[in-house]
Amino acid sequence: MLGLVVPAVLSGLTTGAIYALVALGLTLIYGVLHIINFAHGSLLMAALYTALFMNLRLGLDPYVALPVVVAIFFCAGYLLQRYVIDTFSHGRDANILLATLALSIIIDNGALYLFTSNTRTIDVPYAFEMVEIGPAFIPLPKLVAFLAALVFAALLWLLMRHTRLGAAIRAVAIEKRGAELMGIDVKHTYAMCFGIGTACVAAAACLLLPTFYVTPQVGYAFVLVAFTTVVLGGMGSLGGALVAGLFLGVVEALCGLFLGETLGQIGIFAAFILTLLFRPAGLFAPRVA
Amino acid sequence: MRRLGPGEGVVGILLALAAISPFVLPSQAWIGFAVNAVLISVLSIAWNVTGGFCGQMSFGHAALYGTGAYAAAMLQLRLGLNPYLAGIVGIAAGAAMGGFIGALAFRYGLRGSYFALVTLAFAEVLRILASSFEITGAGSGLTLPFRPGLANLQFPDRYAAYVFVLILCILALAVSAAVKGSRLGSNMVAVRENEEAAGAIGIDAFRVKVVAMIISGAIAGAAGVAYLQIQLFIDAPIAYGSLISVEALLGPIIGGAGTLLGPVVGTVVLHIVGEVVKTGVGGAPGLNLVFYGIVLLLILRFLPNGLMGLAGNLRWPARTASAARSAEAR
Repeated sequence: MLGLVVPAVLSGLTTGAIYALVALGLTLIYGVLHIINFAHGSLLMAALYTALFMNLRLGLDPYVALPVVVAIFFCAGYLLQRYVIDTFSHGRDANILLATLALSIIIDNGALYLFTSNTRTIDVPYAFEMVEIGPAFIPLPKLVAFLAALVFAALLWLLMRHTRLGAAIRAVAIEKRGAELMGIDVKHTYAMCFGIGTACVAAAACLLLPTFYVTPQVGYAFVLVAFTTVVLGGMGSLGGALVAGLFLGVVEALCGLFLGETLGQIGIFAAFILTLLFRPAGLFAPRVA
Repeated sequence: MRRLGPGEGVVGILLALAAISPFVLPSQAWIGFAVNAVLISVLSIAWNVTGGFCGQMSFGHAALYGTGAYAAAMLQLRLGLNPYLAGIVGIAAGAAMGGFIGALAFRYGLRGSYFALVTLAFAEVLRILASSFEITGAGSGLTLPFRPGLANLQFPDRYAAYVFVLILCILALAVSAAVKGSRLGSNMVAVRENEEAAGAIGIDAFRVKVVAMIISGAIAGAAGVAYLQIQLFIDAPIAYGSLISVEALLGPIIGGAGTLLGPVVGTVVLHIVGEVVKTGVGGAPGLNLVFYGIVLLLILRFLPNGLMGLAGNLRWPARTASAARSAEAR
């Protein structure tokens, strides 16, 4: 029994780290802009395709492409928030929600049109290398993803706590008007936030690509898990998102082990609905950014 | 209590012309398009009751639509129930699902983004359940045997189906108008505009929102039943997929949330855009939806009150003050 459970838990933790990384971007955006970014999954999908084509056309390894993809998506996120979402929604909450939904419809179906619904993967020489951890064998790329996700979470934490930008982001999150009166450029800070959130997704995409596939719908599965992670961790809480992401990865792996593959995700959604209903503020002490 | 502005008159006439156009210009492509557009209009009208009148934006109306369709299909296939009875139970099932989701979500004070998320999650859970169990046909879905005839609520051709959805749409509009004109409708608007203030004047906001979800669920369930009776097939991605949830909200937002005709106008305009794109660039999958998204963005940017907001700006000459007031009242 234990021989099955331990590998499932370890494998769940590696998946969970990716969930956490995706959710970190989402929770950062929620914590500051107070909106749910429905385009988050679509941006993940777009980043996966970007990394995929960098590999197919330029022969770049996803890990090598990571800084480039992250930079591209940081800029894209910044521009999207500043010049599309903000402009098109007049800054009204309900409209921001709908604007991100519109973006996700455009990106998802644009990808469907351009790339068709074929499932694509890349070949990397290390895809099937295994690392022995106690009783379990974990694929090397998954272990890399796990460690890298933790590094990114730490970097994000440092950014939020120990830089002027982080202080500005926290100020805007707590009191937008007050921050504005202190001379903080709110629109710029919002856009930086969205850019950083999108950069998290781009990093997750590069870490995911060696062991995962790409389709135009791939973002949808992730974004629902990311919503769950964010809600479970407490909307806006970075530490909460990290713990919740790892937790959900394990829940999914264990549900998959005991209930079968298709129902594996039910555990996640059950957790989602139960949390939304009973603890909408999240399981962990909710704090803004 | 209200006078119709010229804008509504013009929109009404245009819609009526659009409604009879398939009979004037008979073509298989056109009638197929019309059946689909009117069916989605019914779903949009359902969304508008909660999202428009009551201000509770759902991102998972597929949960209600799909439940209606699945309930009707399972009752016919598993219990051999008469399609009319099964349809009525399907509508009731949609209403019950609406009430259930609403009661749970509003009980715990979920609103805004949280409500959008919980509805989305319910639709997703139902999709996974429906594609996992044998009783719902699992991955292969449910197919009704083809037995055309009024007794079986099945249609020999698309024109008959069109008449059916058109009647359903008019019924849905009538229900929607009755709700809007009633005390309940006013309470919904009060809850939408300011829930605390509504509570302060004695409106039970929780009850109003749950009733809105029940009415919306019944109409959405009816749309699901209609889809089933026309296509004779249902599966999890069709019934509970995110596309249905998105289509349910696009019509009202584009047409004008909270207005009576807005959902229909929005849906029809959107489908025309989709059709124009299809004929212009070919039927590649995805492209029409790209344009749906672009239309949504443009509406948010330039017409935050939707197309009906634009129509509402039309005024009878020389009666501006009172017309403006009656437009406000609407």
